[in-house]
Amino acid sequence: MTLREIKESLNLKVFSGENLLENEVTGGYASDLLSDVMGYASEGEIWITLQTHKNVVGVASLKDLSAIILVKGFTPDQDTLVMSENENIPVLGTDMETFEFCGVLYNLLK
Amino acid sequence: MHFEYKVEGGDFTLAGYASSQIKKTLKQLGADPAVIKRVVVALYEAEVNIVAHAYRGVIYADIQPGGITLRLVDEGPGIPDVEMAMTKGFSTASPQVREMGFGAGMGLPNISENADSFSIETEINKGTTLTIGINFK
Repeated sequence: MTLREIKESLNLKVFSGENLLENEVTGGYASDLLSDVMGYASEGEIWITLQTHKNVVGVASLKDLSAIILVKGFTPDQDTLVMSENENIPVLGTDMETFEFCGVLYNLLK
Repeated sequence: MHFEYKVEGGDFTLAGYASSQIKKTLKQLGADPAVIKRVVVALYEAEVNIVAHAYRGVIYADIQPGGITLRLVDEGPGIPDVEMAMTKGFSTASPQVREMGFGAGMGLPNISENADSFSIETEINKGTTLTIGINFK
């Protein structure tokens, strides 16, 4: 499924990477611990987190993740946005909490 | 091929820079993507450890036909109990570092799981040197 299909189904806000919505999403990984994502997320997955600083983009880029989704209406820091454009990592947002968002995304992807 | 990167303690804005550069270089060299993934995880964790715990450090990366050797030499407090530090979930990171999602006590275990060889030399109030070897085949 593409990021665009997920964005449209779940009414996500696009903070950056409007041109990358055709990215193929292979799954999801929910964690606010960077080392957890570093060690265990897989290429192509969407990362669901409430961390808004630029290091999430660094980790997502190193792990070749398809996008970052910020939960609970959180918005990315300014330097996060700049880095996401440079690294081609889309950052999207939802008002849902992590538990709820994971549930609906899981059902959408299965 | 030999590369060196300086790392400043406490400066999270540049954390991951060396990992990103090495990833690009290995891609250009046509290294196996599975191997690149392991190098990236191990190097990122080691790089972040310098930022989170040491005053400053230098990363030496040596790429040979058979594999890559990473040596991370820092000036810092050293590790009082290496066995404890290797335990998943054990962390001495500051509350500020943890709030950013770092310092979860997974760094050294992640390195160990992704390296073919891994050693730690440490001296209290002097610093720590990690040597990480990853084979290309």
